[in-house]
Amino acid sequence: MAILSAIPIVRHTWAPPEDISTHGHLIDEQLADTMVEAGVAFVAAQIILGIFIWTASSARPDAKIRNFPGGAKGLVAAAVLLVGTEVLALGVFGQKAWASIYFTPPGANALPLQVQAGQFAFYFRYPGPDGKFGPIHPELVNEGNQNYFGLDQTHDQDSKDDIVAAEMAIPVNREVHLLMHGKDVGHSFYVRELRVQQDFVPGLDLSLHFTATKVGRYEIVCTQLCGLGHYNMKAYLSVLSPEDYDAWLKKEQAMQ
Amino acid sequence: MHDTAVHATHHGPPTSFIRKHIFSVDHKVIGKQYYALGLFSVLVGMVLSWIMRLHLVWPNFAIPGLGLLSPAGAPGGVVTPEYYLQLMTMHGTLMVFFVLTNVPFAGFGNYFLPIQIGADDMAFPRFNMMSFWVTFVGACFLFAAFFVGDGPPLAGWTAYAPLSTLGKITGPGEDVGQTLWAISIGIFCIGQLLGSLNFIATTLDLRTKGMTFMRMPLCTWAWFITSCIGLLAFAVLLPACILMILDRVAGTSFFIPGGLVVNDQLQPHSGGSPLLWQHLFWFFGHPEVYIAILPAAGIVSHILVNSYRRPLLSHKVVIYSMMAIGFLSYMVWGHHMFVSGMNPVSALAFSFPTLVITIPATILTLIWVGSLYGSKLRINSASLFALGFVSMFVAGGVSGFFLAQPSIDIYLHATYFVVGHFHMVMGVAAIFGMFAGTYFWFPKMTGRMMNETLGKAHFWFTFVGAYCIFMPFHYLGLAGNVRRYSTFVDDFMGPLMPVHKFISIAALCTGAVQLIFLYNLLHSRFWGKPASANPWEGTSLEWSTSSPPPWDNFGGKHPVVYHDPYQYGIESSTGDYVMQDSPEQIQTVRDDKKLTP
Amino acid sequence: MATTTHEPPRVERIGGSSGSGWRNLVPPATRNLRSVQDRSGEPAKTGVWVGLAAITMSFAAFTSAMVVRQGTAPDWRHLALPHILYLNTAILLASSVTLELSRRHIATYMGGLRLSAQYPARWLYITLFLGVLFVAGQYAAWLQLRSQGWYVATNPSSSFFYVFTWIHAMHVLGGLGGLVAVISKLRRGVLRRSTLDATSHYWHFMDALWLYLLFLLITKF
Ligand code: HEA
Ligand code: HEA
Ligand code: CUA
Ligand SMILES: [Cu+2]
Repeated sequence: MAILSAIPIVRHTWAPPEDISTHGHLIDEQLADTMVEAGVAFVAAQIILGIFIWTASSARPDAKIRNFPGGAKGLVAAAVLLVGTEVLALGVFGQKAWASIYFTPPGANALPLQVQAGQFAFYFRYPGPDGKFGPIHPELVNEGNQNYFGLDQTHDQDSKDDIVAAEMAIPVNREVHLLMHGKDVGHSFYVRELRVQQDFVPGLDLSLHFTATKVGRYEIVCTQLCGLGHYNMKAYLSVLSPEDYDAWLKKEQAMQ
Repeated sequence: MHDTAVHATHHGPPTSFIRKHIFSVDHKVIGKQYYALGLFSVLVGMVLSWIMRLHLVWPNFAIPGLGLLSPAGAPGGVVTPEYYLQLMTMHGTLMVFFVLTNVPFAGFGNYFLPIQIGADDMAFPRFNMMSFWVTFVGACFLFAAFFVGDGPPLAGWTAYAPLSTLGKITGPGEDVGQTLWAISIGIFCIGQLLGSLNFIATTLDLRTKGMTFMRMPLCTWAWFITSCIGLLAFAVLLPACILMILDRVAGTSFFIPGGLVVNDQLQPHSGGSPLLWQHLFWFFGHPEVYIAILPAAGIVSHILVNSYRRPLLSHKVVIYSMMAIGFLSYMVWGHHMFVSGMNPVSALAFSFPTLVITIPATILTLIWVGSLYGSKLRINSASLFALGFVSMFVAGGVSGFFLAQPSIDIYLHATYFVVGHFHMVMGVAAIFGMFAGTYFWFPKMTGRMMNETLGKAHFWFTFVGAYCIFMPFHYLGLAGNVRRYSTFVDDFMGPLMPVHKFISIAALCTGAVQLIFLYNLLHSRFWGKPASANPWEGTSLEWSTSSPPPWDNFGGKHPVVYHDPYQYGIESSTGDYVMQDSPEQIQTVRDDKKLTP
Repeated sequence: MATTTHEPPRVERIGGSSGSGWRNLVPPATRNLRSVQDRSGEPAKTGVWVGLAAITMSFAAFTSAMVVRQGTAPDWRHLALPHILYLNTAILLASSVTLELSRRHIATYMGGLRLSAQYPARWLYITLFLGVLFVAGQYAAWLQLRSQGWYVATNPSSSFFYVFTWIHAMHVLGGLGGLVAVISKLRRGVLRRSTLDATSHYWHFMDALWLYLLFLLITKF
């Protein structure tokens, strides 16, 4: 069974989709390393178990009971040494990957962009030419007149040029600083190809930063259970060439 | 507190039906009651999982009769997306709380812990009865959620706030259903706290003459350690449930922040912290998964030794590993929250102990496997399930190793990889522990043998079936399939549908195979071959009394213990083993030292 | 903790019919308290300590919830504690003293040192009365707060105030139940030392817990 179930993994039948981010290779390498080490441990453990069951159950009734060479001490030592080094090795490398994603601040010219998650849609906001986001007034939120963020464009200067879109477009090879805002319950922002996943926690303003390296259209899905429409809560991410991005932004601005 | 026992001892066994079978203070009856409640819950949970699997792959399939049961959730028998989530929540809650805590821990523990230490009952029999009935009331609250207004809760078994606290406005089931859920779990906690207290006091104080700590069988140890974990874990979940109930019914804002807008309505709350719920929940939740697995591990060790016909390579190392797992389980809860918006530094702090936990787990595994080498394995249903447990535990534990690394978890969190992981460890490993325990102790509990042929057939089908169901979950997860989705309509996950179909078919078949088990259970209960006192040639105290044991366990006598628990593989008057209470002089076989030729 | 060698049994047999000694402790027909030998009593004692550990854990959880909640948002308003709380504190402390007194009396009574010793339940009744008074006093404090417009949901400070005091009062009620049981057992002549000890440990713990809560209320609210 174990070997059978390992085959698809070895053959990469179902593998993560191709990575399109600058940090993704760290995660992929980590995943591949773990796959090899854990895979070996898994298959070896199952095979040994199988062999031992085979030999032990067919032992002759007068056979003497034997001990595993090395006994308990040997096994404990082996466990501590083998798994210990594995834990340390993977732990340290994994921490590097994690640190390079989370402990570096976004670059100075990263593109600021806000995403809001609410039951059951994402909305995106671009700060417009002034580079500033206007404040959010929860009491003004109204889906009917399409004020998804609760902006007060008559009074707040910064809100006037904010661009709100239902789709996320970003320029390729430019760092994006994504500010996350949860409107009602918990949601999550997951783009498989970007190797990015982060929950929206209402009341807590979190942020993410990443760089996409490949033009294309990708799915953004909500991965935090948020109610009946959870399965249908998604949006699209378009990674565009800089020119296309500018054109897109102009078009959106015109539509505001 | 314990005068009941005093009276019981002196007035003889209870005679009225109610005292004997329903409000009984006899730990054996209570153990069976827990078992029955767990069996009922697992069957309901299994049926729910069928409906879920059917809906996932044939969303428009009308399930006959379901429409009558829940006109709102499944009009005409076709499951709605929200009803899917409600079923999923109930499936997870039932399985984790009412199956995996009730059967291997509270059920078998109640029945066998006092017998294995040579006591005639628990330390506080009346508390014991209370703890079952409290749990039962908790179960009633949970089942009631199926029948209220807009159905059971849909916030998942983890009930993340604020979805679970804002009330009706956030979706069906979030009305009365979620409140019932919180009450049910709160009550459940009280029951388990009473139970754990009882287990601890019993183990510490009621051991019979000669029963030192190191002479306790491994499952007694596992129950003892588990009750220590449970005592602290449930003591945290209970306050969390109380705060949740207050948020829901009294309008407080413990877990609800300000400025939330649902359906264009600004919510009247302010300042609460959703992460607080997550921390409280997982502070309980992670230890809970070990509450589920340790008793199973203990039962399995107990059975493995018996079928290996030799002591494990080391008794002590197994005990210490279980203690280490129990201890570490309190330092790792944050690994469920790597992408929850917790401080990224603490992710590293939680990841490390999580990785370290694999060391005692590996030691346990190696001892189980290593002791098998050169033993005289006896194959029967119980030992097959015990060996199956080892296989499943390895499979599920290894995937835990992926999730424990925060950088990998960024990709794998909330995908079917996680679903595969926990079904491997708790869905089958722990369930296999229950099966093994059932096959092993059934003769003791009922005085009749189960049918071995049926048992073995049940094992092979379930073993193959479980791999077929739960391994593909991992592939789906690697491919990025998100969990808790009621349909996979889009272009990304659509192509994975064949895998889902395969899983669903495997799940239906494996579920159907459980009928063999049920038939075997019921048939053997009434018409099975009568069992002798010690059918498996075991050494621990439960085998030195009759099957089933008399109402005071040892028929007015009290055993005196002379030996370590697993004296197998030696020459003695009874065969290749010596019972713990046999006064025969032997050279103790302890650990691996004395065995070496 | 582990004892490894051939250990003598922890509980001696009495009478010989059944093993775990403590179960043989039946009251003698004469109802003479002094002739009840209390050899074990351990489960009650262990049980109460284990129970207290669980209660401690619960209150630790509540406390950390409070600390987190206070740190999350700046909406915490100062709550003026009702003065009656201090009176309640005094009452509860006094009840511990009376409980200790009654324990002394019962000890002398049971030990048979002074045969003329008066029937020792009186101090227990006083303790019971003081306990009830404490709960009533807490109730008065809640009423007082309500009359000032502080409801459960008014502010996190009042939410936590009510939660802490409610849960503590529930536990005190449990202790009162224990006292009632002790009194009734004493009257029937079946009281065992361990039951009395367990109940009084629990009661004193409620005292200490209350002092801790009061400290929290004074410093944090
Ligand atoms: C019985 C239940 C049980 C058990 C025993 C475990 C055991 C482990 N679990 Fe699991 N876990 C769950 C039940 C369980 N888990 C559940 C229910 C969830 C999801 C909850 C939800 O979100 O709904 C979950 C989720 C979960 C997560 C969060 C994933 C996420 O949401 O993103 C993580 C992350 O660290 C994790 C890790 C581990 C680890 C490291 C172990 C370790 O203890 C495993 C140790 C065992 C072994 C490693 C196997 C034996 C060893 C060898 C054969 C040697 C060689 C192997 C190696 C060196 C790798 N688990
Ligand atoms: C013990 C735990 C347990 C068990 C046994 C199972 C059994 C099964 N589970 Fe479940 N499951 C969970 C715990 C469990 N599950 C949890 C915690 C969740 C998460 C919920 C959430 O997200 O909130 C979940 C979620 C979950 C999902 C994911 C939903 C989603 O994310 O969208 C799916 C999907 O297919 C699923 C399927 C199944 C199937 C097909 C079975 C079974 O049908 C497999 C076949 C059955 C068996 C192999 C054993 C049957 C046992 C007996 C008949 C009797 C034994 C009794 C005694 C010995 C007393 N489960
Ligand atoms: Cu939004 Cu799930
Ligand atoms: Cu965990």
